[in-house]
Amino acid sequence: MLELRDIYKTFNPGTVNEKRALNGVSLTLNEGDFVTVIGSNGAGKSTCLNAIAGVWPVDSGSIIIDGEDVTSLPEHKRAKYLGRVFQDPMTGTAATMEIQENLALAKRRGEKRTLRRGITKKEQEEFRELLKTLNLGLEDRMTARVGLLSGGQRQALTLLMATLKKPKLLLLDEHTAALDPKTAEKVLNTTDAVIRENHLTAFMVTHNMRDAIAHGNRLIMMDEGRIILDISGEEKSKLTREDLLEKFAALGGSMDSDKVLLS
Amino acid sequence: MSITSLLNALPGACAQGIIWGIMAIGVYITYKILDMADLSVDGTMATGGAVCVIMITNGYSVGVAMLCAFLAGVLAGLVTGIFHTFMGIPVILAGILTQLGLYSINLRILGIGTSAGTASNVAVSVDKYNLLVSLRYVRSLALNNPIFASLIFLVVLILVMYWFFGTELGCSLRATGANESMSRAQGINTNFNKVLGLMISNGIVALASALYAQYQGFADVNMGRGAIVIGLAAVIIGDVIFGRIFNNFALKLLGVAFGAIIYYLVIQVVLWLGLNSSDLKLLSALIVAVFLAVPHWKEKYFTSAKKEVDANA
Repeated sequence: MLELRDIYKTFNPGTVNEKRALNGVSLTLNEGDFVTVIGSNGAGKSTCLNAIAGVWPVDSGSIIIDGEDVTSLPEHKRAKYLGRVFQDPMTGTAATMEIQENLALAKRRGEKRTLRRGITKKEQEEFRELLKTLNLGLEDRMTARVGLLSGGQRQALTLLMATLKKPKLLLLDEHTAALDPKTAEKVLNTTDAVIRENHLTAFMVTHNMRDAIAHGNRLIMMDEGRIILDISGEEKSKLTREDLLEKFAALGGSMDSDKVLLS
Repeated sequence: MSITSLLNALPGACAQGIIWGIMAIGVYITYKILDMADLSVDGTMATGGAVCVIMITNGYSVGVAMLCAFLAGVLAGLVTGIFHTFMGIPVILAGILTQLGLYSINLRILGIGTSAGTASNVAVSVDKYNLLVSLRYVRSLALNNPIFASLIFLVVLILVMYWFFGTELGCSLRATGANESMSRAQGINTNFNKVLGLMISNGIVALASALYAQYQGFADVNMGRGAIVIGLAAVIIGDVIFGRIFNNFALKLLGVAFGAIIYYLVIQVVLWLGLNSSDLKLLSALIVAVFLAVPHWKEKYFTSAKKEVDANA
């Protein structure tokens, strides 16, 4: 479903701020894979996700989604294949627009925007039913501006928007990091349910080792712009935090991020 | 300084307010919906009038002349849009470049048919040509009153805008202004939308300019100077006074037009009180500066109050 071939990316090349963010990343995701991506700060997790999303072009390598080479496509054209949820709850939704308008925008992802109605009566009913599944009472606030919602509500809505039109790949960029633990857990449970019900392929970046172990069928660890560990199948389902730390130490890595250690 | 002279001036202020209200709706599209300050309107606010007057004096009908004025504005918006998106120039600077370039172009347009090839103003008399609006009839109680014609124009424009911003394309334009990252993630070509918004906005401004030139009976290369400030004043006054009661999009646009009318009524009163008309631009600039500062001050005051509460807790 997703194939990354030898991706390289350096930020600010030739300056004192030069940062080699991706250092030859290759990865193949099969249909239905739910991979969690973990690593310390600056390991290249989010950079890898942004490379897939097309936020900026990569220096070399190719990105293939569902058999199509998207390496040279701009961000808005790749959106056809991708559902995205961001770290900052503010990023995924348009605050000054209504809940139903946000959903209507998401429903037209990858389609040409014409002079037809931006939202139809039929869609309003459809969205009402969908919002009910979130159990947040948003179905009664469809015309409320998204800016009035809490961070958790906005992330849940973004998740709904990302999967409203079934994406080839769902990209989750530390999407619970900005939420309080209780809300984060709720949003993660919703994420699990949405991925399972729609049989989605997903790529979830996280800071939290426990979440990375508990969710998905595959786990990737990144360090200094490379994938250093790739665990799947039965090994992944039996994986513990101790195993993971041990494996990492055996690779000569050091866990320099407090966040990873403490989680 | 009799009250009669003030009352006599009010219909004129009203008509001007409505025409500038149309212009302010153009500014609203870039400033409020797309969240960009587009300074090219200072140029297009003269271009539209220049194109319109030259075409009328060369024998074209008012309708054709105004359509061409609109298209000239659209073209100017396209140029600013290309400067900003394709060439990566910050939007304020892109607008200033277009505005500066338009000054020369406007002189050339006004100079069509003259031996020098440039002119700074051209008259269009309501005696000789069939005009849509004219200052002469501003106090008449007939259909030729410019208030009536410009009001119809304004209402039609608001209805068209209401329709457009409810379409898929219009919604994607609003999304582009509200959140660019989200828009791109939803497959919206934000650069295309910014260019489109600038084109629509400048087209509307040029249309207002064409009306204004007919109203005052001439087009002048300087008629757009400071237009962005008047447009912003209308948008801000409309927002401050009607923002809380007008929630519907069409009503918000109407609020902007009311803002422009209020602006011109206030200006008329200030002039009546004895202010020299050459000081008006300074007054406008100060008014807009203060109104722009209000949200900033509010936030500052609000956050410091919140911090205190947190500290006490």
